[in-house]
This record gives sequence, C-alpha cells and structure tokens, in this order.
Amino acid sequence: MRAIRRQKLMIVLFILLGSAVAVGLVLVAFNQGLNVFFTPSEIAEGRVPAHQNIRIGGMVKDGSLMRDGLEGTRIEFVTTDFNAEIPVAYDGVLPDLFREGQGVVAEGFIDENGVFQARQILAKHDENYMSAEVKNALEAAERKQAEAAGAP
Amino acid sequence: MIPELGHFALILALCLATLLTVVPMAGAVRGNTLWMQLCRPLSTGIWVFMVLSFGCLAYAFLHDDFSVTYVSRNSNTMLPVYYKFSAVWGAHEGSLLLWVLILSTWSYAVSLLSRDLPLDILARVLSVMGFVLVGFLAFMLFTSNPFDRLLLNTPTEGADLNPLLQDFGLTVHPPFLYMGYVGFSVAFAFAIAALLTGRLDAAWARWTRPWTNAAWAFLTIGIALGSWWAYYELGWGGWWFWDPVENVSFMPWLVGTALIHSLAVTEKRGVFKSWTVLLAIAAFSLSLLGAFIVRSGVITSVHAFAVDPKRGLVLLALLLVIIGGSLFLYALRAPVVKGSSNYGGYSREIFLLVNNILLVVSTATILLGTLFPLIHEAIYGEANRVSVGPPYFNTLFLPLMAILAFALGISTFSRWKRTSVAYLKEQLWKVLVASVALGILIPLAVTGRFDAGAMLAMTLALWIVFSIARDIWQKTANKPSRIAGLRSLNLSYYGMQLAHFGMAVIITGICMTSHYSIEEDHRMAPGESITIGHYEFVFQGVVERPGPNYVAQSATVEVLRDGAHYLTMHPEKRRYLARGDVQTEADIQVGFFRDLFTALGDPRGDDAWVVRIHVKPFVFWIWLGAFLMAMGGVTAILDRRYRTKRVRDNAPAASPGLQAALEH
Repeated sequence: MRAIRRQKLMIVLFILLGSAVAVGLVLVAFNQGLNVFFTPSEIAEGRVPAHQNIRIGGMVKDGSLMRDGLEGTRIEFVTTDFNAEIPVAYDGVLPDLFREGQGVVAEGFIDENGVFQARQILAKHDENYMSAEVKNALEAAERKQAEAAGAP
Repeated sequence: MIPELGHFALILALCLATLLTVVPMAGAVRGNTLWMQLCRPLSTGIWVFMVLSFGCLAYAFLHDDFSVTYVSRNSNTMLPVYYKFSAVWGAHEGSLLLWVLILSTWSYAVSLLSRDLPLDILARVLSVMGFVLVGFLAFMLFTSNPFDRLLLNTPTEGADLNPLLQDFGLTVHPPFLYMGYVGFSVAFAFAIAALLTGRLDAAWARWTRPWTNAAWAFLTIGIALGSWWAYYELGWGGWWFWDPVENVSFMPWLVGTALIHSLAVTEKRGVFKSWTVLLAIAAFSLSLLGAFIVRSGVITSVHAFAVDPKRGLVLLALLLVIIGGSLFLYALRAPVVKGSSNYGGYSREIFLLVNNILLVVSTATILLGTLFPLIHEAIYGEANRVSVGPPYFNTLFLPLMAILAFALGISTFSRWKRTSVAYLKEQLWKVLVASVALGILIPLAVTGRFDAGAMLAMTLALWIVFSIARDIWQKTANKPSRIAGLRSLNLSYYGMQLAHFGMAVIITGICMTSHYSIEEDHRMAPGESITIGHYEFVFQGVVERPGPNYVAQSATVEVLRDGAHYLTMHPEKRRYLARGDVQTEADIQVGFFRDLFTALGDPRGDDAWVVRIHVKPFVFWIWLGAFLMAMGGVTAILDRRYRTKRVRDNAPAASPGLQAALEH
C-alpha cells in the first residue's frame, strides 16, 4: 500500500507542478498577446503611455487619407470618434474594406509625437458590419459630448 | 409553391425526429423490440425529408425566386450558376439547413452501417441523435427559417452573395467542416448510449472508432480548406490568424484527435474508459460551442456572419441543455465504469496519456484565449475591451506541439503494458542522432544562417519521419521478404503512420514558410521590377477587365527566372457590381517546394500601384500534410476488423434488449 500511496503523491505533485508551469506560461503569453482597446478620446486624454501595444478603433476621417507623395508604401490617415482625432501612420497594403468615412480597427502603438504607428490594419469581411469596438467608441464619445453640452 | 414544400418537409422532419427521440429510447428501456426497430425507418424518413427540403431551397436559388427572403439576400441574377447553388449555404439560415441535413445524413449512415450493432444500443444511439436533430430543427423553424417569404413586395433583383464566398474553396469548405463538426455527434451519441447502459467495453470502443475517424478526417479537410481559402482569397498571404472563428473549429479537432488516441487504449486495453467518454462529450460540445460563437457574433471576429443576439440566446440554451445534460449524466454514471488493467511507466498507455494531456491542455489554452475578451468584458464592462493576439497563442501552442512531436517519436516504439527503457534507447539513439544532425545541417546548408527555431522544427519533423521508417523496417525484419512484411501489417497501422507522417509534413511546411518566406510590399510603376532569389518580378501595369458579375483592375506581372521568361501573373482587384464590394484576387503559382504569391494593393498615383509579392517556400506542405492526416484516418477505417461480426463477444453482458435482438 505504501508504494501506491507514494505513487499517488507523486502524481499529485506532478499535477501541481504542471499547473504552476502552465499558469506561469499563460501569464507570460497574455503579457505578449493581450491588446487593450482604446478610443481616440482616451488617447487624447493621455491615458496611454507611449510605445505600449494597443488597439485603437474609430472612423476614418473623410478626406484625411494621404498616400500620394509619401515614400514607398507608407500611408497616413486620421481616425476620429467625432470628439478627438488621432493621426495614424501605416506602412503596407490596406485591406479591401478600408475606406474614408468607415470604421477601422488598428493595432500598434503611440509614438513620442502622438502619432499612432499601426502595425496592422484589421480587415472586416462584411461591409455592413461595424465592429462592436468601434460602435462602442462612437457611443462613448457621443455621451461625452452630450455631457459637455449639458454642463454650463 | 416549392419553398412551401421545403418548409413542410422541415416540419415533417421535426415530427419524425421527435418520434425518433422518444420511441426507440422508450423501447430500449422497456425492452420493446418493435419500438426499438422503429429507429431505422425513422432515421431514413428524416433524411429523405431533409434532402427534399434542401433540394427545394436549391431550386429556389437556381430559379432566382427572390420572393424567398433568404434567396433575395444572398443571390443575384448575374451570379454564375455554380455559385447560385453554393449560395444555399452562404449565410446563416441556409448553412443551418446544411448542418441539419448533414446531421440527418450521419444518423441515416449509422442506421445503414450498423448491422452488427445490438438493437438496444442502436436504438439509444439514434434516439440521442434524434434529440440533437429536434433541437436544431426547432431552432431553425422558430428563429431562422430559410423559407420565409417576401410575398407583398418581392424584389426584382437579389442583393448578391458576399463576393468573398464566390470562390471554389468556400464552396466546399462548409460542407466538409460541418461533416466533421456534426460527425462527432455519432461518437457523442455512442458515449451517451454507453453511459445509459453502463456498458463501456472493447466492443463499444470498436464501434465508435471508425465513426470518430471519419468525422475527424472530414474536419481535418474542412479546416485545411478554410486555411487554404484564407491564404489565397484574403490577399494577405497568411494561412492561419488565430481568429476566434478559426479557433472554434480547431478546438474540436484537437479534442477529436485526443479522442481517437484514447479510444485506441480503451479498445485494446480496457482502460481510460470514463476519460474517453468525457472526450467524446467534449468534442461534440466544442463543435456546438463553435456553432454558437460563429452564429451569435458574441466575439468580434474578422468573420462576422449573422450577428443576432436573439438567435444566439436560443442557441446558447440548446447548448446548455445538450452539454449540461450529458455532463450531468456523466457525473451520475461515470463512477460505474471502471478500468481493469495495469500498465507500467513507459507503456504505450502512458504515451497515449501524454498525447491526451498535451492535446487537452492546448485546447484549454486556446479556449481561454478565445473566450478571454468575453470574460474580460463581462467583468470590466463594455468600455474596457481587450483582444488576444497571435503572440499569446504561439507562445503557448508551439511549445506544447514541440513536446507532442517529441513524444510521438518515442511512442512509435512503445509497447502495450510495459516497454523496457533499454529497448527504447536501443531503438531511438540512431534516430535521435540522424534527426538532430540533419535538422541542423539542412537549414544551415540551404540558407547559410543559424536559426534555432527552424532547426528545432526541422529536427522534430525528421525525428517523426525516421521513427516511422525505423518502426516499419523493424516490423518487416523477421518476415520472409520485406514485401511480405509490408503486407502483413494491417491497415489501421498504416493509417496511423500516414497520419503521423502528415504531421511531420505539416511541421516542415509551417517551419519553412514562417522562417524563410520573403515578403515584399512595394510601390511599383509600370516597368519597375523586384528581384527575390532566382525570380525577377516585372510590373507591367494595370488594365480594366470585365468579369461575369464584376469589373476587375487586372495587373500584369511578368516573372523571370534567372533572366528568362518564366510565367505571367495577373493579380486583380475586383469590384462586384451588385453590392459595390471590392475584393482582392491574389494570383498564386503553386509549387511543390515554393509558392509565388502576388496581390494588388491600392493605386498610388502616376499608374503606380502597391504590389505585394511573396515567395513562400514549402507552404503547400501545410495542406498536403493535412490531406495525408485525413487519408490516414480514412485508411484506418478500412481496416478489416471493423467489418467482422463481434456481437457474440458481448453475450454475457447483454441486456434484455440485446438478448431479444439476438434471438431474432
């Protein structure tokens, strides 16, 4: 019986050790892969430290897209929640559904000049579909503006 | 008239499915053979009505019957005929119809191919499948009926099928994926039947195995097709994005893989029984979870299909009933089911257990990463959204798969009950030396660079291949000739080795393409060129070209190989007329050792365009490996022993119903 109990103890220890390693790894992985979502207003308020990996969502401001005259494949545009505006710089090919006046979600970081350097512009497959993130950002900005207008 | 016929067929199928849920099950409980025997004709009836219903919807599409809401939303008179047919499953309602059609096909197949199954087991299995059918048929009829009409103001023209779905890959991807998802319902139904009767023996595992293999093979092909489609249709050149919708199809696959392996132990050695049952429940539950996540739109994904919270809620309720009910039954009955044999430290049982733990842990980490944004939102509110990106999944999944590949090599030589360490060492040291040496040398020789990740992956792939080769060599050594030796090995052995070889092929493909792809996005004016290795890509400008239901901006890129003309590629940007959607159409020259990938970006003035040019070595091997895996699963099904009658083995444990069946 002693041998069996020892075997059971070993199994329990093995499971505990395994779980501890797993939890550690998950935390490390989350640290690398987790992107918190911010709205242009929140960034304008200075709530995001520079060079932190984040996601930003808003509308592409009409007439803000610049691609001619920039070097190589670089582009610049402005994203807005109609309360604050954040300039975005990106180097690469834009997704098919990217358009001025439409919603956009980008992944990247804020540089020292307050420009959002996008690593990736996310494609949404359905044109009628506005991502819940962008929708919430716009609603939040609307509420804020209503509050500002209401306050004397 | 025809759509009403389809609607009516659905209602009849629901009625028959209700009967199938109740009558054979009651018969099995009360030992009434007549009631049990009804399970076969009822399954046939449901299948016939589902085929009829599906045919009616297809008819409505092919005849542009825009008075049907679903047709008017997803078709158009300009749509080519084959896409009119595939548009049947192009959106929520129709794909649900396909889902139920496939579910009824599986239960019909079980009723046909189960001549040696005891009647009381068959009755229970088909009743469980009938219950699942009732759930989905009711869901379809009450919340998402594909036959709803727009009779008062019938549009003269349809809104067109989403251009992304106008493609061969996406035409065949959903049927294969659903065959896989829904196919796990068979293993699930067998598990529930086993829990109800308390009989979980080798015969049970043997009945379940071919069905599980079949579902798994379909799911493998389905996922591979989806990834292939993403690769050439999304225009990004990537083949896996860790997107929630991809993850939910991958999780049942991982658990299904674990299930295949633990079924082997349950059949051969009679252990891991309750664990196997739990995996069978989990595989189907994760398939249902996948359906729920895709169909309800609770998670922000690049695939946003039908986003409708009400449907999501109904689906969630259905999910809770099926998963909750089966887990409750499991909690009640699993303690009854006990294993009955011993095994030692380095036995094949232990290696299969390691396989199961690794696969289940991978599934758990993917589940956590996929659902984390939902959990976070529930705790911190809508204003604080997060998303989990590929680095999370890669950090956790890749090391787990590396360990899995390493264990796979060793387990090839392991024996049931006990394997001596000395034997394993003797078998493995040459394999180890050869795979490490070549795994380091090959990437070094090809690229001249030292890249630890590529070398590790290459070593693991070779480790699996050499283990398989040595095992086959060993197993044929004592036979009169090698040919006779190869003939003496059975098909399930070949199936296993083929699937494992497929895994080595996938590892090679992933390793080579993620480490050695060359990706160039450039602004190019006509006449400009880019040189990548032996290839020179010359951009010759863009012309407008009309298609059947779109207008394309078609680029011409001439490819020179070592200075001589090699081929001409035409990546396009298509503007679909009905919706005005713009769609990138990449042009890919597929090769066995490398793909040439070109896609057209946006115009940058003065006839210059952004052009995306990739050279991707071995990317084809990813899908080739998946195909080999699926073929391995199919090969194992063809093994003779699944077709021999074994009913008598179980006579002592037979229930009254079984005895009644045997007497007939």
